[in-house]
Amino acid sequence: MTSIAARDSAAAAPPSGRWRRRLGRLPVHAVVILLMFIWLIPTIGLLINSFRPAAAVQATGWWTAIFQPSQLTLSNYSYVLGQSGIWPAFINSLFITIPATIIPIFVAAFAAYAFAWMSFPGRNVLFVAVVGLLVVPLQTTFIPVLQLFAAFKLNGQFLALWLAHTGYGLPFAIYLLRNFMGSLPREVFESAAIDGASHVTSFLRLALPMTVPAIAALAIFQFLFVWNDLLVALIYVGAANPQNAPLTIVVANLVGSFGQGWWYLAAAAFLSMALPLAVFITLQRYFVRGIVGGSVKG
Amino acid sequence: MDPRLTTALIVVVGVPAVLIGYIVSTEQALRVFPQRLQPRVRPWLWLFPALAFLFVFLIYPTIGTAVRSLEDQVGNKFVGLANYAWFLGDSGTLGALKNNVIWVVLLTLLTVGLGLLIAVLVDRVRYESFAKSVIFVPLAISATAASVIWLFMFAYQPAGVPQTGTLNAAITPLGIGPLPFLTISNFSFNTILLVIVTAWMWTGFCMVIISAALKGINVELLEAARVDGATEWEVFRGIIFPLLTPTLAVVSTTIIITALKAFDIVYVMTNGAFDTQVIANSMYQEMFNFGDFGRGSAMAIVLMIAIIPVMAVNIRRFQAQEALR
Repeated sequence: MTSIAARDSAAAAPPSGRWRRRLGRLPVHAVVILLMFIWLIPTIGLLINSFRPAAAVQATGWWTAIFQPSQLTLSNYSYVLGQSGIWPAFINSLFITIPATIIPIFVAAFAAYAFAWMSFPGRNVLFVAVVGLLVVPLQTTFIPVLQLFAAFKLNGQFLALWLAHTGYGLPFAIYLLRNFMGSLPREVFESAAIDGASHVTSFLRLALPMTVPAIAALAIFQFLFVWNDLLVALIYVGAANPQNAPLTIVVANLVGSFGQGWWYLAAAAFLSMALPLAVFITLQRYFVRGIVGGSVKG
Repeated sequence: MDPRLTTALIVVVGVPAVLIGYIVSTEQALRVFPQRLQPRVRPWLWLFPALAFLFVFLIYPTIGTAVRSLEDQVGNKFVGLANYAWFLGDSGTLGALKNNVIWVVLLTLLTVGLGLLIAVLVDRVRYESFAKSVIFVPLAISATAASVIWLFMFAYQPAGVPQTGTLNAAITPLGIGPLPFLTISNFSFNTILLVIVTAWMWTGFCMVIISAALKGINVELLEAARVDGATEWEVFRGIIFPLLTPTLAVVSTTIIITALKAFDIVYVMTNGAFDTQVIANSMYQEMFNFGDFGRGSAMAIVLMIAIIPVMAVNIRRFQAQEALR
């Protein structure tokens, strides 16, 4: 009964119904916009503070700058880039992140191809074991790996971070690429094999090009993970060789040393965010596809 | 030229070349085996680099740490389970354990709850993709930078002086505060603040995954219910929520693991002071500040044991999906 009545009233007065529906959505808009506002405020506050002189940051809140835009200045950024050691750390972060992103992608792609398109005894058990390694908290590995690195004189070197991040990133990388490669059409690989293509050829000519969306997602994921990493860098590089320290360590140290020059902390933090934010915002779509594909469809 | 730049160029161009070269040369290497055996050997050659990395950086060190957790501070005496007994009897580590429990419960509720709420709400507005980006973007920020951002949010000035922290400036006119955030040790207040910072970073992750599952729900099903007179709340509770349950379970496990491993935010913002200690930070201090590798190793193993059941749920789900393939 009620359903028919509801349908009739909707059909009888379409214009006012549409208005009522729009009005009814007002609370939805209000909540969504409020949440967006809450999410943006912290970052906007930091951004504005990064453009304010030290005295102003210490005396008043960042919002006062909205009414007195004249106080905004670039001096924090010129100081940070000129003498604070942030610029060398930015370069270090690049040196650490790029190889630590490229190496695991290749290593994981080989393994993912083997897991997806070769049959061998124990394949599924081994794959589950590899994925199961995701339980290992990185902290569990530090002491033995440190001793290993010490034996090869790798502590404080970029190479140590490249190798360690490759090892740590592999379980997720293999999981993601294997699921994507496994969902490629079987016929493509079968007809390639009939035509006499070796596994190397089908991997390089078929599997790899077709897996580009998943590789893109993985590259963004690994890039963000390594660029934003503090813990692994602290352990393998931080103490042994501060000259090779990435941005995260330098900014974390600034937080600790509020005594001198902490007012440029905002500018330093913003510089450390700039590259990952740019990468993330432009390539968001691939990233979303990757994590959604990796955890929902499986 | 910066010698490091040369190295980096060699690595960026050279490493992929070497790795591809390795795979190409496997076919050459396989020729030494009789034709019949080649398909059985080939997968292991493809898996070798990955398995070697996993062994050196995850398997061998975990075994090493498990053994080390049974030894004393410097590692020359077997002490059995003494380090674990210390862990269970020490008020400091138990406090860290309690805080980790708060992290697990509160972070999961906040991120999954808000993620679900936002995913459902933005589904009804035209600026959906923009709204989602706004919520999602903090995930790209390092915990270090997020700490800086929130230190400015939590900043405190004594009453009477203009507040520079956003939150204190917002609550002071309401007659509450100003509050010295991050230094109030009562009611685990500081731990809750650190969880909020982390929730700010991770809600977008939950939202994106839940939103994708939401888009997968058949629209006609929802329309049919609405036509039959179901209210929006009934549609949500009766249809949307049950269909989302598996996704919510997956997202929750990821967040629980994140909460158990919580480190960076604590390390940068409070370093465990004011009742904010968590296991990962306590372990870091035990190892690298106090030099007690035995106790630190025991804590690492405790952390891993806490994660295993959560991960087991994920793996079982994966195997169920494989069976359907």
